[in-house]
Amino acid sequence: MAQKIYAGVTVDVNEEGYFTNPSQWTKEIAVEIAKEVGIVLTDKHFAIMEFLRNRYNSGDALSIRSINHSGVIDVKTFYQLFPGAPLKKATKIAGIPKPASCV
Amino acid sequence: METLNPIKKVNIICSKGSIEDVYAALIMANGAVMEGIETNLFFTFFGLDAIVKNRMDKLHTAVVGNPALRLPGGLRMPTLLGIIPGMESLTSWMMKGQMDKLDVPPVSEFLDLITAGGGKVFACKMTVDMFKMTMEDFCEHVSGIITVGEFYEHAAGEGSHIIFT
Repeated sequence: MAQKIYAGVTVDVNEEGYFTNPSQWTKEIAVEIAKEVGIVLTDKHFAIMEFLRNRYNSGDALSIRSINHSGVIDVKTFYQLFPGAPLKKATKIAGIPKPASCV
Repeated sequence: METLNPIKKVNIICSKGSIEDVYAALIMANGAVMEGIETNLFFTFFGLDAIVKNRMDKLHTAVVGNPALRLPGGLRMPTLLGIIPGMESLTSWMMKGQMDKLDVPPVSEFLDLITAGGGKVFACKMTVDMFKMTMEDFCEHVSGIITVGEFYEHAAGEGSHIIFT
């Protein structure tokens, strides 16, 4: 297992950089991961990441459809907040494993 | 995962109108959009049903002449059972229910997600003419009725792929 240092804290990640222990995550760490992928985090980013983390913690699958039903932001905004591959980027920055869903 | 020749664009052609054919195209398209890949969806022949306003969420799966269709429990569905009135509707309803459990949305909602992520949806001009349809018949996701030549223009570029379902 690999380790990385964000905001002075050593965290466990897999070979793709996703957290293997989501409890090690903090908002300060998120800001630094986001910097790596060229994203400056706003309140909206944190709101949807909180939704993703809660959903992950309750054992529900993360899908693009669940974002649309989140009541936090719609999918269009999600694509704007995390350009490129939004669900992969958002989960990486939110310190949770890469989604295993095809949708 | 880094690759030397990443897929930059996919152009997916959907030519059939059954649930499984349409969803194969939509799942491939949505997956591409979610990966940040430029995506074009081109509907032709019976695939057009997936973008016709009053048909898109009422697609069926074939219960006759579908040798891979199985009953719950795994037994093969006899073709003769398929001719019972309502069997096709029931099977289609069950398929949609199973997909909903996996968070696979209805066709219209799926197209919402795909277009929200920047995916483009087109209808085939030849088939539209043949079926005597107009832009009015199609859902708001459709950005145009295009010829095969225009489709190839949209598909042009390095790292672009064409997928026919």
